[in-house]
Amino acid sequence: MAERSERGPVAAGGPPLLEVRDLFTRYRVRGGIVGALKREPRRFVRAVDGVSLSLRPGEMLALVGESGCGKTTIAQTILRLVDPVSGTIALEGRDITHLSQRELRPIRRTMQMIYQDPYESLDPRLRVRQAIEEPMLIHRLGGKRAARERRIIDALARVDLSPAEMYLDRYPHELSGGQRQRVAIATALVLEPTLLVADEPVSMLDVSVRAGVLRLLDGLRRGGNLGIVMITHDLSTAARFADRIAVMYLGRIVEEGPARNVVRDPRHPYTKALLSVVPKRDPRDRTAPQILSGEPPNPTDIPSGCRFHPRCPVAEDRCRTIDPELRPANSDQHMAACVLVA
Amino acid sequence: MGMRVDLGEEIADLQGPGPGRGRTWLGRNWLWRVLSQSLQAKIGLAVLLFFVAIAVLAPWIMPYDVHTPVGPPYEPPSWEHPLGLDDGGIDMVSLLIQGGRVSLVVGFAATLVAMVIGGGIGIIAGYFGGRSDSILMRITDYFLVIPDLPLAIIIAAVWGASLSHLIFVIALLLWTTTARIVRAQVKSGRERVYVMRARSLGASDARIIFRHVLPQIGPLLVATVVLTIAVAIFDETALTFLGLGDPTAITWGSIIEFAFLRTAISAGAWWAVIPPGLCVAFVIMGCFWFGRAIEDALNPRLDVSYLSPRTFRVRPLPGTEPETG
Amino acid sequence: MSLLEVRDLHVWFDLPDGGQLHAVQGVTLGVDAGERIGLVGESGCGKTTTVLAILGLLPPSATVAGDVQFEGESIRRDVGETVQPRRWKDISMVFQGAMNARNPVKTTEAQITEPMEFHGTAEGAKARRIAGELLEMVGIPAAAGSRYPHEFSGGMRQRAALAMALACGPKVLLADEPTTALDVMVQAQILELLTGLAHDLGLALVLVTHDLPVVAQVCERAAVMYAGEIVETGRMDDLFHAPRHPYTRLLFAATPDLYGEEDVASIPGAPPRLDREIVGCPFRERCDRAFERCRDERPALLPLGADRMAACHLNDDPVAAGFAHR
Repeated sequence: MAERSERGPVAAGGPPLLEVRDLFTRYRVRGGIVGALKREPRRFVRAVDGVSLSLRPGEMLALVGESGCGKTTIAQTILRLVDPVSGTIALEGRDITHLSQRELRPIRRTMQMIYQDPYESLDPRLRVRQAIEEPMLIHRLGGKRAARERRIIDALARVDLSPAEMYLDRYPHELSGGQRQRVAIATALVLEPTLLVADEPVSMLDVSVRAGVLRLLDGLRRGGNLGIVMITHDLSTAARFADRIAVMYLGRIVEEGPARNVVRDPRHPYTKALLSVVPKRDPRDRTAPQILSGEPPNPTDIPSGCRFHPRCPVAEDRCRTIDPELRPANSDQHMAACVLVA
Repeated sequence: MGMRVDLGEEIADLQGPGPGRGRTWLGRNWLWRVLSQSLQAKIGLAVLLFFVAIAVLAPWIMPYDVHTPVGPPYEPPSWEHPLGLDDGGIDMVSLLIQGGRVSLVVGFAATLVAMVIGGGIGIIAGYFGGRSDSILMRITDYFLVIPDLPLAIIIAAVWGASLSHLIFVIALLLWTTTARIVRAQVKSGRERVYVMRARSLGASDARIIFRHVLPQIGPLLVATVVLTIAVAIFDETALTFLGLGDPTAITWGSIIEFAFLRTAISAGAWWAVIPPGLCVAFVIMGCFWFGRAIEDALNPRLDVSYLSPRTFRVRPLPGTEPETG
Repeated sequence: MSLLEVRDLHVWFDLPDGGQLHAVQGVTLGVDAGERIGLVGESGCGKTTTVLAILGLLPPSATVAGDVQFEGESIRRDVGETVQPRRWKDISMVFQGAMNARNPVKTTEAQITEPMEFHGTAEGAKARRIAGELLEMVGIPAAAGSRYPHEFSGGMRQRAALAMALACGPKVLLADEPTTALDVMVQAQILELLTGLAHDLGLALVLVTHDLPVVAQVCERAAVMYAGEIVETGRMDDLFHAPRHPYTRLLFAATPDLYGEEDVASIPGAPPRLDREIVGCPFRERCDRAFERCRDERPALLPLGADRMAACHLNDDPVAAGFAHR
């Protein structure tokens, strides 16, 4: 049932909740014995190859891109599940790039992740109550058992699983996919985080339940303090629910701006092509798709110059040598990394 | 990206939410389900419990004392002595009961030691990976490569023969396999999404291992333990038969050993040789069936029904004539 | 008479605790040569089971009733017949997750020649030549035939799966979620390939998916499935602009559009259990237009004009005629 929800402006201003500068994350590719014998130079997967982004409280940023573009790696790096090679990550003004895992523990409260697979992200042995309680036990929060129980019920109410009593004693396998994802969100919320990273939160759910979970996330961040980075390959979802979209290609952000602008007036050739091939649900809507040939190259072998130039339909000679930076396209808010952008 | 559905999952979806989605997770009462679904499991467990019960109740059910002769050597089976007497005139049934006690204890104890050592190494190697994994696995490999029997002989010869030494030797032979199995399980269990989530929540390694990884691989650990017991009992029998066991202890292996040493076969006294062998065989079989049934239940993807002919049933719709030909 | 016709197909699965699951509840559909139709529905609606039943690939726990006709001839066999001669030669399938279902120790070329040799359509050098042509046709250089599946990317594996499906020159291709796990750009490539092949080879294509926009782009007609039955069929255009079943309407409303302004809908509740008899309309509990008749009487799939069918009381009930379908 379609409901009307407000799409007013989000609380702007104030220091950024999350600030990432020039982040690089690399994985070494194992050469193996043959490689070592042949003395091949070590190869790296340049998963995140110079990304800067920022997120304000109450904002939802969508990271969009195809597989291998680095969107998942950057989420893991921000959460310090993976260590960056260089660059800085600042959470609520504090630099967390080089903190040890022990120092990070209390900070982990404030940044949480929602995973793609609702069937896998909950421990099948734990009841819903125990699953939501666990974060509190890990961080020794919540006081006595009664206080914790109240927080659990509260968390369930925030994710629209009411009456809570109906869900507290269930096991994950007794819940539907959408309900499981809501429980996963509740386990994240119970610690009152300020940053939520949602990795494809609805792609494994049935179409009919996706909007419910997305609206839940949308509502949570409008509450005020929570910022959400949503990773998705689905441009339509990003367009409808996010404030800003950042399009990634081979470890870099190639275009970034307010969601509406990026979708209606894309400035980077990759974004244009991507948008043109998204299938439309109206059969009468037959715009000519701009299908790029081949697939993105291996992140171990990033092309010289502009990394998109081998597949770019409007590439020029200079694109082979110039590696463009993000620069304003329509406005300061809307940026694209292309030499053709004035 | 997108939904993964194969036919098995679609059936699961069609049934509505229910158990069975996990790979190594059978559900809360997995033991009950395995038993109820598998005849093999029932028989295996029954055989095991039978022998354990006899061993436990031994002091009360042993018909005769095992140190007192009650007749001539190698007297054939009779109503009073259903399995006859051994070379010392001692009742075979009592001997078997006593031997079973010790054999089972040695088997369980050796398995316990092997599981503690091997399990500990497997958990550390599997969970922490990296260098500790490499080092531990190299050590394990070295032990795997050493030939079992010569090692056992040397240790027994140098150290002397006693039950506790025997337990240790057997554990030494067993822990490597256990370590490898546990490591593999922990490695895969560690990659489950909810484990990664616990890490991102900031849970300590100990908590993750004990609350998430170990319970997850619990059923498989049980299967591994059971199968290891089978091997341990076999090893005990073999080593004792070869004379490396405690000469003063009565085990199934020692019964066979003495039977051979005292020429039971040429005396035609099959009852001194075959029954203990059968006991060992049954216990091993029981462990095997039970352990394998658990393993099979944990691996739904090993279901090879697709290799069988596609004879799904065809039903005529109500109101239509049954088809001919 | 259609090229492939399914009439009143029912499939039951035996449940481990006894009882049966009525996975497919009377599905009727047909496809002509050169036609592209979509079979749309969410998880558990029975669409994959339907196409597996057409090819006779159901597990032994399944019971089938109903008829499947190819070129007018019934191909659904009685118990005892283990190999359907039609399979792969006339009707073939691209499976869901086909990219991951390749035999890892056989080269791609070998996996294409295998069905040819099995069905006797070609062998040896001739088979390898045809395999090379098929690979080129799906956009893979013929030389790549000697590579193994793990050396291919997801998109290329899917293309290889297509080539394998076309090995024996079938007239009907069943594609089960062919692009579900692929990136949107690769998806566009594969869909373009599918459409082109269907056109060039005169194939009949049955596209099974949960992704409505994909069906809207590729297919001319579609059947929407819910709880094991077809609830609406029609031309794509009609389904979107004038749906005659609330589920169709809501499903479209739940699919976000890139440029649309309306809110994205969600459908509360969950599909009914299929191990019990369903009384009344299976969609009743989640429907926003249900009324009393829906509780007691199960709507039949009724024709509503040329090429249009729907199973909803709103279409023929004088009382409900006042309700619009929007």
